[in-house]
Amino acid sequence: MKNKLIASSSPHIRSKDTTTTVMRDVLIALAPAALAGIYFFGFGAVKIYLLSIASAVITEYIIQKFILKTSVTIGDLSAVVTAVLLSMTLPVTAPWWIPVIGAAFAIGIVKQAFGGIGSNFMNPALAARAFMVASWPVIMTGSWVTPGVDAVSTATPLGLIKESGGFGALSEAGVNFTDLLIGNVAGCLGETSALLLILGGLYLLWKKVISWRIPVAYIGTVAVLYLVTGAAMSEILVQLAAGGLMLGAFFMATDYVSSPVTPKGRLIFGIGCGVLTFVIRKFGGYPEGVLYSILLMNVVSPLIDRYTTPKVFGEVKKA
Amino acid sequence: MGEKVFTFSGGIHPPHFKKQTEKLALANAELPKMVTIPLQQHIGAPCQPIVAVGDLVKVGQVIGQAEAFVSAPIHSSVSGTVKKIGKFLAPGGATTCVVIEADGEDAWDESIQPTKNWLQADAKDLLRIVKEAGITGMGGASFPTHVKLSPPKDKPIDVVILNGAECEPYLTADHRLMLEMPEKVVTGLKVMMRILGVTTGYIGIENNKMDAVAAMERAVADEPGIEVRVMQVKYPQGDEKRLINATTGRVVPSGALPMEVGAVVSNVGTAAAICDAVVEGKPVIERIVTITGSAIEQPKNLVVRIGTQFSEVIEQCGGYKGTPGKLLMGGPMMGLAQYTDEVPVIKGTSGILVLSEEDARLPEPSACIRCGKCVDACPINLLPLFISRYSLNGDFEAAEKYRAMDCIQCGSCSFVCPAKRPLVEAIRVARGEIIAKRRKG
Repeated sequence: MKNKLIASSSPHIRSKDTTTTVMRDVLIALAPAALAGIYFFGFGAVKIYLLSIASAVITEYIIQKFILKTSVTIGDLSAVVTAVLLSMTLPVTAPWWIPVIGAAFAIGIVKQAFGGIGSNFMNPALAARAFMVASWPVIMTGSWVTPGVDAVSTATPLGLIKESGGFGALSEAGVNFTDLLIGNVAGCLGETSALLLILGGLYLLWKKVISWRIPVAYIGTVAVLYLVTGAAMSEILVQLAAGGLMLGAFFMATDYVSSPVTPKGRLIFGIGCGVLTFVIRKFGGYPEGVLYSILLMNVVSPLIDRYTTPKVFGEVKKA
Repeated sequence: MGEKVFTFSGGIHPPHFKKQTEKLALANAELPKMVTIPLQQHIGAPCQPIVAVGDLVKVGQVIGQAEAFVSAPIHSSVSGTVKKIGKFLAPGGATTCVVIEADGEDAWDESIQPTKNWLQADAKDLLRIVKEAGITGMGGASFPTHVKLSPPKDKPIDVVILNGAECEPYLTADHRLMLEMPEKVVTGLKVMMRILGVTTGYIGIENNKMDAVAAMERAVADEPGIEVRVMQVKYPQGDEKRLINATTGRVVPSGALPMEVGAVVSNVGTAAAICDAVVEGKPVIERIVTITGSAIEQPKNLVVRIGTQFSEVIEQCGGYKGTPGKLLMGGPMMGLAQYTDEVPVIKGTSGILVLSEEDARLPEPSACIRCGKCVDACPINLLPLFISRYSLNGDFEAAEKYRAMDCIQCGSCSFVCPAKRPLVEAIRVARGEIIAKRRKG
């Protein structure tokens, strides 16, 4: 018996949570909004999700197995999460090679080239989207269709506001707030249903996968900034429900790797995302500011961590 | 219950595993035939043997003594003959031990007499009794109690806090003690308060032991100044500084001792030992041990004589169930792993925990995903992910800058880490290096 006992240092028990269970919870949380995307936009959406997942997983496998020759970690589901998130930011009209290239870029360049899981300094899905918006702007931002079988070309709600320069353009185009909440509007596959994204976000909060700090600070900042600049309540609600704000606030900005770990840092990060989103939406050339806001904040998150190191319990103020 | 529940910030909720033993009444373990009594069972100076091979000793007789202030005498736990004095394996590593063969008589030393009028005894005499009884912290850390009860004059103490939190999973020794002998705990607390000249006493108990809370509340009903404080179930609620913070709201400065904020913290088991010493004149010759875990046939709460081999105690619990994978002294969060069961029970043995091979297996670590769960769990507000990374990279200066020395080594970070990274383990390495450097410099 003597030689069989393990003599390691404490603690001797570990929680049941693993990276895989965390990723699985994120996928569960994304499912309602992702399925709504399929319901509203049809089979084309299924194709995009599957192509993206396959491309992400295969890319990760090939890189780890044959190029880096390290252990293959596709089982941790993180590549699947990236692929699903990416798909949710694509229009249903995207040709088949868009999700394939996008997912391969997200995994190959943004994630693995920087050291794999835990080492990417930007959210891979968002960075890949930024790359594709730059490369194929028409496909990525100019080809929206209305949900349903008789899909016709249209603009997204935020696009309508931007183009017309006024909030009234929405009602003229027949977009109402209920549709916006449910997701029955033109837009990317998984970001149109604010309601289901909030539901998923609440699930993540309940499962303690994310903390309230980033989403609350992010969404709250956007709301407050519109409020103090004199927007009507209806417009504020539309700004919160439209575009990628809910997807971004609950699922993208909260990405562990590219956001701060300190409690105060998370608040600052969320506020920063909120300010940038407001500025881009209000004054920028794009209708949608979530993507660039989060990417920009990703870059400064190590800095935020450094300056928000919490005060140690019982730390005496230096005189 | 409408009672206010006290707690601290941070911390974790590991599964309890207390069901197996929390309903089992205390029982006396069989008298050992042979005991191996280490001469150092506490933090501080080791004792020198004051018996020789061949000597006849009785229960409670002093066998080890030290001149140093931070030390506690060691007593024989059996009556019999000293067989060997030499280096033997103890839970903390090999140390000088006195091996005594019991004669089965269990004859007590004549010097062990109840203190007359202990209620009227003055503080000095009570303190001397505590010291001579060899009382050390029974919670596991084993700091000599008389030292705690002798604070320097410039640090006035105004509150004594008893730790009945028992926040370590699996352990139920304190729970059973408070349930079955609450009056002993209260008496011990009163003695401590008398020694320190204090009128306020708290007994902190986690709210997963409401029966113990009820028993203790009955026991203190007529004691002005003593109050039971119900605390939220959370690890490490029983840590000294967490407990002070939870019960009084006071914050012990980083790097300082509880006396800095006027508090003395002691385990409920220590209080009961003080009661035995003062009222009956009994030194520490036995203690309550929870023997449990997935590889123990019949988990029990036993009163075990100091020096009894773990293997013998385990035998009395029906032996091992299947193949044991890990043997611990103490709980799973901070317990000390043993590589053999041929080690003796000492004053700090709150539990003997044996995990099955399956439960003992530690998961493979993967890359840190910066989820920040370790940051949220740390009761000291440290950033374990960074300190451990610096430590593993050999950058101990950065680890020190990130306050590695403030770590209380509770292991909450390692417990919650989804990537199963050895966080507290790496921080311990850094602490070792930092201390070594400070010694050199």
